Amino acid sequence: MGLLSPSRTRWRESDDSSMLVSGAPDGPIADRWDEHKFRMRLVNPANRRRYRVIVVGAGLAGGAAAASLGELGYNVDVFCYQDSPRRAHSIAAQGGINAAKNYRNDGDSVYRLFYDTVKGGDFRARESNVYRLAQVSVDIIDQCVAQGVPFAREYGGLLDNRSFGGAQVSRTFYARGQTGQQLLLGAYQALQRQVQAGTVTVHPRHDMVELVTIDGAAKGIVTRDMIDGTIERWSADVVILATGGYGNVFYLSTNAKGSNTTAIWRAHKKGAFFANPCFTQIHPTCIPVSGEHQSKLTLMSESLRNDGRIWVPKQAGDARAPDQIPEAERDYFLERKYPSFGNLVPRDVASRNAKEVCDQGRGVGPTGLGVYLDFSDAIQRLGADRIKERYGNLFDMYERITAEDPYTVPMRIFPAIHYTMGGLWVDYDLQSTIPGLFVAGEANFSDHGANRLGASALMQGLADGYFVLPSTIGSYLATQPMGKTPAPDGAAFSDAEKAVRDRVDTLLAIDGSRTVDSFHRELGLLLWDRCGMARNEAGLDEALERLPRLREEFWRDVKVPGSGAMLNQGLEKAQRVADFLELGELMCLDALHRRESCGGHFREESQTPDGEAQRDDERFTYVGAWEHGAGPSEPVLHKEPLAFDYVHPTQRSYT
Amino acid sequence: MSGADGQVRAAMRLTLKVWRQADRKTPGRMVTYEAPNVSPDMSFLEMLDVVNEDLILGGDDPIAFDHDCREGICGSCDLMVNGYAHGPRRGTTVCQLHMREFADGDTIFIEPWRAGSFPVIKDLVVDRGALDRIVAAGGFISVPTGSPPDGNAIPVPKDDVDRAMDAAACIGCGACVAACPNASASLFTGSKLTHLASLPQGQPERDRRTMAMVAQMDAEGFGSCTNIGECSAACPKEIPMDVIAQMNADVRRASRRAR
Repeated sequence: MGLLSPSRTRWRESDDSSMLVSGAPDGPIADRWDEHKFRMRLVNPANRRRYRVIVVGAGLAGGAAAASLGELGYNVDVFCYQDSPRRAHSIAAQGGINAAKNYRNDGDSVYRLFYDTVKGGDFRARESNVYRLAQVSVDIIDQCVAQGVPFAREYGGLLDNRSFGGAQVSRTFYARGQTGQQLLLGAYQALQRQVQAGTVTVHPRHDMVELVTIDGAAKGIVTRDMIDGTIERWSADVVILATGGYGNVFYLSTNAKGSNTTAIWRAHKKGAFFANPCFTQIHPTCIPVSGEHQSKLTLMSESLRNDGRIWVPKQAGDARAPDQIPEAERDYFLERKYPSFGNLVPRDVASRNAKEVCDQGRGVGPTGLGVYLDFSDAIQRLGADRIKERYGNLFDMYERITAEDPYTVPMRIFPAIHYTMGGLWVDYDLQSTIPGLFVAGEANFSDHGANRLGASALMQGLADGYFVLPSTIGSYLATQPMGKTPAPDGAAFSDAEKAVRDRVDTLLAIDGSRTVDSFHRELGLLLWDRCGMARNEAGLDEALERLPRLREEFWRDVKVPGSGAMLNQGLEKAQRVADFLELGELMCLDALHRRESCGGHFREESQTPDGEAQRDDERFTYVGAWEHGAGPSEPVLHKEPLAFDYVHPTQRSYT
Repeated sequence: MSGADGQVRAAMRLTLKVWRQADRKTPGRMVTYEAPNVSPDMSFLEMLDVVNEDLILGGDDPIAFDHDCREGICGSCDLMVNGYAHGPRRGTTVCQLHMREFADGDTIFIEPWRAGSFPVIKDLVVDRGALDRIVAAGGFISVPTGSPPDGNAIPVPKDDVDRAMDAAACIGCGACVAACPNASASLFTGSKLTHLASLPQGQPERDRRTMAMVAQMDAEGFGSCTNIGECSAACPKEIPMDVIAQMNADVRRASRRAR
């Protein structure tokens, strides 16, 4: 392994590129997935019941994979921390799901969805994977319709579509504002059908707290039963992680409170490479923080920007109520800077500009961290009824949370973390660098590059779960001895269980003076400031100095009451925050090393004259996949070079 | 704390009476806590977070309660507040209830869902696994992955899909059961049955599904529906009682056809 140390010795770079083989087939891109499927090994239907599969996470990716693998006849165990698989956070997605059906006759195609996704990802995704995603998108809609997902329809009885997130075609399918919920219930019902059939066993209220590997391959997990604290071992022939994203590292995000990184972080520490951890997405239209007590952030659909105008006062520190500020003293900053796109610039551009005006002291609301989203012009032009028709539910939700009426007072919005493009590195089969460990949905890094398009998260979760894993898992299992699932009693299992017990005992014994949440808030604020919407070398350096100290303080001074042998929500949180503290450091390191801007990763040192993210394709057209540095040694950076044979890199511009 | 209009909203002092129960077997009791500094802008669960932070620092066991998305869609949160499932505001989960609904000096009673089929696990956390088992009994359309026709192959009248969506909005929180004097799960079961029975895709298994889900609902020990209507009034998604009528009609239909 070469040691090409950069400015500091915070990480090493590997010159061994054999570690990251994507396994993506050659040949015409449109044929790759079919060719690949044909070459895969198969397991005879009669033999499938002799293999055990573990699925961790029961959202769109995990639920769909478990149901489909159960249908095929494998023995599946599903684990989730919620009290039911129907509650996974996929449920909160509002807007819709993309599919290249071209039902609108507006020029959409698999190739166009592929093209848009590669470009939207700012040329940091793997072309073969993205093409496959676009290809299977059409099958997802068919599958969900057949399951009874009540997608919106027109009076003729056919499926309705809308344009979403600035797309030039109408390819988004939706079920009112509850698309994620309805898709998840479809997957959940398919899963419950397999529970009834006896192929799938669901273990709710189980936290995966360790991965078990035998001779380098994933062969099981250790869980903590969240009801009585029992630590249990589970063995299998293959393990799938579909545990979602790590946005809660920022404490405040649009994720569910329980969303966490523990499963993928434990796997990372056991040898799975972590790809592009600094690629996080920020959504511009969230309800601002109201005070110290804030526990999460609520997203409102970005469709609001179609009719709302975003502004702040021209003068810093202007404390007048919005209706007291005359037109001439308002700065409609997006319309001013981007005359052709105006308020509809992409998510990252809208978010960064909101931060910039707040940094100038022109933010609004009690905290100064907010900008106005003003509907008064639209109401005057279209009438309040029309606006109510379009956004009534959103206005009600806003009023419920803020006690302000957006029909008469401009909304206040501020950006918030809501998706992570980074995740465990996977090959074309969605297998991580640990053989037998597969990763699906938001938990992997694979399809969105440096930025995800709206309505594409649901598509990817279901593509992985319904259509990719059922093929690739079989191909892997065909290489494993049949009916030889290891018993969960060897040294690998007892060592993993002991590590879990030791960590629990240590956390409970500290009995310090600070709560878990206070550490989590401090971590989140530090990352938001230094590794959030905009990043620079000095800020990242500072974060990397402070994070080890915060982690040390956590392990010295955290207070977790109660015992391990009971329902102990404080202990659950403590284990998760301990992992977030380590992940936060890797995110900063990744952001520091990537001295370019791309997609959601904005390095202030790398921007065009008009302030857009400027990529450095010569030096950074690769996936940065990090190998965990065990003990005192630094993490090792491996690079998977990316080639763009079909979609040629261009510079974005919105002015 | 001040709003956008600069108006100051004063902090409130509240008294909480909270159900504490160590585990399934240990008898529980109401315990009184003071919450001296509650902002009207807090959500109800954020208010409990603040109380818990103080309990933890005092070395006490924090109050356990279920919650996750905190935006009213996952169905995890499940508190009886002053005797109302999800609290006093209609069409609102308790995670979306804000403290401005209460007044300075109020005493608030907080209890878990009360139903024999939802045993208490700890404090305010109950076991709602019975609802998953009702769905497993037949709350699905049997469609193996990869087998369906094109999404537009079967037109569905818009009114039918709208009715399906109205019923499918159920978040499975169990408030209907908690609010019902009979602890009936009819609104929950009727929602899923109505969702699937409203669509052409749901027809082939309709009778079988109806009988299997209703039988499972009874086997779980939920009570019968006596048309009181508390379920629909408590439902955070305001699912109408029509779904129960639909369920009863479908039971009749299935029994008749089975003869």
